[in-house]
Amino acid sequence: SNPFEVKVNRQKFNILGRKTKNDVGLPGVSRSKAIRKRTQTLLKEYKERGKTNVFKDKRFGEYDTKISPEEKMIRRFALERQQNYGKKNIYNLNEDEELTHYGQSLAEIEKLNDIVDSDSDTEEKGTLSAELTAAHFGGGGGLLRKKASSGQQDEEEEKPKSRKELIEEMIAKSKQEKQERQNRRESALELTEKLDNDWKEIHTLIARKPPKSERKDKEVEKPKPDEYDMIVRELGFEMKAKPSERMKTEEELAKEEQARLQKLEADRLRRMRGIDEDANKKKPSHVSADDLADGFILDKDDRRLLSYKDGKINLENEDEEEKDNEEEDGEEGGKEEDESEEESEEESANEDEEDGAADSHSDLESDVESEEEAAGNKERKKHKTNENESHNVKELDPELKAPTSELPYTFAVPESFETFKSLLAGRTIEQQLTILERIQKCNHPSLAVGNKAKLEKLVGFLLEYIGELATLDSPELKAIDKLVLPLYNLCQMFPEAASDSIKFILRDAAHDMEEVIEVKGRATFPGLDTLIYLKITSLLFPTSDFWHPVVTPAFIYMSQLLTKCRITTLQDVIKGLFICCLFLEYVSFSRRFVPELISFLVGVLHISLPKKQGQGYTVVHPFTPAGKNLELLLVCDKQDLESWQKQHLPLSTVTRLKEANRTEINHMRLSCIALCFDLIKKSAVLYESLPSFHEIMRPVRILLTQHVPVNEYPEKLQEWYHSALKELETKEKHYTPLICEKKKPVPLKQYTPKVVKVLEFGRKQAGSKKEQERKQLIQRHKRELKGAIREIRKDNQFLARTQLSEIMERDSARKRKVKELLGSLATQEGEWKAMKRKKGK
Amino acid sequence: MALAASLGSCVEALLQSRAQANRVWELLEPLAGGQRDAALGAGGACGRLFGALLRRRELRGGRLPAEGSAEHDALSAEQKYKLWMRYRYQDCVGYLAELMHHDAFQVKEMSLCTLMNFVELEAQYPLVEVEWKGTVTFPRELLKVVVDGLLPLHEDASLLISRFQEYMEYDDVRYFVIKAVTESIGQVMQKTKERPLPFYQQNVFSLISPINMPNKESDMVKFMAKQDNWEELKVSKLQAHKQAFEKMWLSFLKHKLPTGLYKKVLVILHDSILPYMNEPTLMMDFLTVAYGIGGAISLLALNGLFILIHQHNLEYPDFYKKLYSLLDPSIYHVKYRARFFHLADLFLSSSHLPAYLVAAFIKRLSRLALTAPPESLLMVIPFICNLFRRHPACKVLVHRPNGPEDMSEDPYIMEEEEPSESRALESSLWEIQSLQNHYHPDVAKAAAILNQSLSETEDDISGLLELSAYELFDKEVKKKAVDVPLEFEQVRGLFGKKNDIFAEHFTLD
Repeated sequence: SNPFEVKVNRQKFNILGRKTKNDVGLPGVSRSKAIRKRTQTLLKEYKERGKTNVFKDKRFGEYDTKISPEEKMIRRFALERQQNYGKKNIYNLNEDEELTHYGQSLAEIEKLNDIVDSDSDTEEKGTLSAELTAAHFGGGGGLLRKKASSGQQDEEEEKPKSRKELIEEMIAKSKQEKQERQNRRESALELTEKLDNDWKEIHTLIARKPPKSERKDKEVEKPKPDEYDMIVRELGFEMKAKPSERMKTEEELAKEEQARLQKLEADRLRRMRGIDEDANKKKPSHVSADDLADGFILDKDDRRLLSYKDGKINLENEDEEEKDNEEEDGEEGGKEEDESEEESEEESANEDEEDGAADSHSDLESDVESEEEAAGNKERKKHKTNENESHNVKELDPELKAPTSELPYTFAVPESFETFKSLLAGRTIEQQLTILERIQKCNHPSLAVGNKAKLEKLVGFLLEYIGELATLDSPELKAIDKLVLPLYNLCQMFPEAASDSIKFILRDAAHDMEEVIEVKGRATFPGLDTLIYLKITSLLFPTSDFWHPVVTPAFIYMSQLLTKCRITTLQDVIKGLFICCLFLEYVSFSRRFVPELISFLVGVLHISLPKKQGQGYTVVHPFTPAGKNLELLLVCDKQDLESWQKQHLPLSTVTRLKEANRTEINHMRLSCIALCFDLIKKSAVLYESLPSFHEIMRPVRILLTQHVPVNEYPEKLQEWYHSALKELETKEKHYTPLICEKKKPVPLKQYTPKVVKVLEFGRKQAGSKKEQERKQLIQRHKRELKGAIREIRKDNQFLARTQLSEIMERDSARKRKVKELLGSLATQEGEWKAMKRKKGK
Repeated sequence: MALAASLGSCVEALLQSRAQANRVWELLEPLAGGQRDAALGAGGACGRLFGALLRRRELRGGRLPAEGSAEHDALSAEQKYKLWMRYRYQDCVGYLAELMHHDAFQVKEMSLCTLMNFVELEAQYPLVEVEWKGTVTFPRELLKVVVDGLLPLHEDASLLISRFQEYMEYDDVRYFVIKAVTESIGQVMQKTKERPLPFYQQNVFSLISPINMPNKESDMVKFMAKQDNWEELKVSKLQAHKQAFEKMWLSFLKHKLPTGLYKKVLVILHDSILPYMNEPTLMMDFLTVAYGIGGAISLLALNGLFILIHQHNLEYPDFYKKLYSLLDPSIYHVKYRARFFHLADLFLSSSHLPAYLVAAFIKRLSRLALTAPPESLLMVIPFICNLFRRHPACKVLVHRPNGPEDMSEDPYIMEEEEPSESRALESSLWEIQSLQNHYHPDVAKAAAILNQSLSETEDDISGLLELSAYELFDKEVKKKAVDVPLEFEQVRGLFGKKNDIFAEHFTLD
């Protein structure tokens, strides 16, 4: 462009690496551009500032880019027609427009078609209709005949017209015939299609025989593959003999199992200490140099080892794996599929095999068919695997054969607890177990997508069912005992679901208790179901963890039970002792200290004593040193004392104390005391390593040595007593003064400069990524703000300029007008004066 | 309905003409009869009648001569009528006072409201003659009747009392009720001779415990009857109110209280009694006795004592010894745990306490913690940490580098009541070390803090004081776990574990 218009920003120094954007500019060009833009936008607005009218373009789709021009035209035309339709306009001359063909109304021709219809089938007979011949070949006699038949009244003037008519008629007829033929063909096609579809639907429903017959027909047409070829091909695909690993001996298997257990144990210990969890997590896994980073990890050898069990080949897991294999095969498609199928089903009939072979070949032929069949195959296979499994179940436990014979082999996962209950209702416990097992196997998560969620629900149902069994009037504990096994298996499959449902149960129970405490100020022990749930928790989850999502809340809940619940009956005592046992079991491995446990045992001993004994110990909350419900475990009857035998406490007493006589109740009391002694002994063993063991056990020891009437107790009980006391007294007293861990020395402050890597010059490096982004944003905002202010200023200047020019224009116009007026006045005056002068002359 | 109509017409007639005056008996008879419905109707009617008469000043004011005495003859007919009506009014009040002991609550409520209505009207249209300017025209006798009705000896009247509370908002009513209660206590308790009257005392307590004393004299604006010269009267002085209030409480607390009531009094003592007394130190005797009782009552008395010590220069010998003896296993279990530890924190916050004392407290608290539930432990461990921070001399309890290698006995003597004799400073905090093995992860972590040297800043325990077991549970249950570790030991049944304790003692029958 014009070199005089270029403005160059001279740089004083050349700086390496700096990008310059604004070294050359064209101020004139950019200014004129800006002015042009303003005249187009701002000036327009300014001029229209007082106007309220707007110009609207109502042409259809004028600014719509989505519609193509042709379509736009068509739509416009349609719109126009619509507007005009029904308008009786006097100026519309085309109002009664009638389309004609050779001077004949088209509408009339259409009406005539109906008549022609009657002899439309003439063509099919191979003979030409009279009209047609008349039209094409001059007509001859036919025409004459017609003329004769048409009568005399038609006369000559009608003759040319009738001929024309005939031809037109014929054309119309042939056209219509053509159309009809087309229609017929279309409808036939449609019908076949519909039939096909219907067939497909039915096809999936009925067994696979009908398609076979169909396929057989096809098979006839194509040449049968040579048997030799088939064998060769099969041989090509056959597995080469591989050196298998040698069979493992029993010792080796045991060793492996031990190693696995040891690893799990080590894991448990780590969790119990609860310290280095984070450290473990963060350690990056070792990456091999050959790693392709494709996420493929060969973590375990998939090959199974041949192993024997009781002299038979151990096939327990085989079916599952086979099933897995089959699935993989199914994805690959092809021959292996059939082979594996053949292997797996002994009972499959010959025709099935043929069928399979046919399948494999037809695959090659038509894609559509193969796809359909693949779907069918899969479905069939699912059935088969299910059957297989159920067969295995049968074989594995032959003793179950008789009762299970009536059970169906497949079960859907129940959707609600009611259906679940009805499924198990009326069955023996063995049957229930089988049902559960089958439900699990039929709906294994690897079989279908939704199965996981369904089975997860099953965990909750099973738990609820167990709770219901426990709340019965006579709790079916034996059944629960058995049901724990499937529960454990399910829990292993779905840890999250199991933990959630148990947490839910615990939360409900704790919430109920809290409500009762708020209303009544005291709580009562929960029912047997809650106790069973707590016990199940210890079976499903490791109770030794430092923190566990289920076990820790269970701990707190049990602690609440022992400290908040009032003890008013013998049942309460039994429940409390049950929870004490639970506590001991929970901490048996981790040896954690449970203060509530010891306090409760002290309380139990306290209520086994006659009132108003000299104290020396204190009892805490649920027990009171004086008041009601003392002597709950006191037995005075000499005979009962003598006749007592150590008995297991039946858990059912927790829900319903049998109408027992005094002797039985007394015996139960003594059993409770014996249990208490045993628990004391066990906890003494457990806590002996605690530094303040003696302080913890002091009240127990005082009670045992000073208050418990040992000599009155039967001999067996005395044995319990002595073994407990022995555990308490034999422990040595060790006290080593505490010493704090040494503090880590605080590192000295150092004065070496902090070195920061500079990655890119001319950019602020400091701060994190976030900070940098923020700074960038701020800067951009500032720049935009400045730009906007500048623009506004320029707009104002522009407006001011236009206003000024307007004013100037107006002024100049006025001046001009004034001048004109003055001029005219002057001429007038001049004329007048001239006239005057004339007159004066 | 018929009864109500006849009563209504009767009232109308009575108010219309004085000639019908004898029909007043028609109103008083059902009132005396005590039939529920009849009494209700008659009470309302009487209220209307005597209310109107009071407003018209048609009852004779002044001193009342005995009925049938000779003074009557000297009076004019008008005077005689007024006097006669006054007697009937007197009867009516008597009947209503009796009805306040009726079985049905509605009757009680009706008579209470009617009587209070009379009180209000009498205050406005006084029956006593104003002899000199300072006379209070408030119907004190009538109010006394009401208060006596509210405080039956042998039944619980808390419902009626709560109905009465609305009148207590009037400053003058409150003042005179306070006086009446004081009088009533004096009369009733005198007779019983130190035997507690649980119902009566309970009633008195429920009447006087919600009393809302004004804080400033300018707050006292709501009066039932405002006399012209009310500013000069005692009723309008806060000082007088406080004095009456103080006298009432002292006379109430002078007598032996049932344990439950004792606790209730102590719970509100520091908040709604002590600040409104002219001489709070007068409560000292009561509080020291309560402090000496032991148990929960002592814990509660601590709060009042603290205010006296803190604001009123009370000197309490052996206070800390007493506090020390208050520590027993129940402090971790009782309801007032938060309050107690809040106060204990205050008492032990002084840095001028001797180290042996603080060490004894620390040792005792941690010894008792061996029986405490987790929610208390979570509170007491930071509490002990704070004590260590305030009293660095006590740190030998957790850090004794040059001590004896092995001791056969804990030197601390738990039974010793005198903190200085307990040899706490020679001991170590093995209890907290034991708690490092606690089953609750948070407790174990908190206890493990004492292994390291403590940071300088104190922990804030105010949020932990009110911690409840349920909150603890809720917190744990809501924690989201990344993965759930599982038990790897195969289950063999409900009691099928190795060495299962249950299998030894329980059967699945």
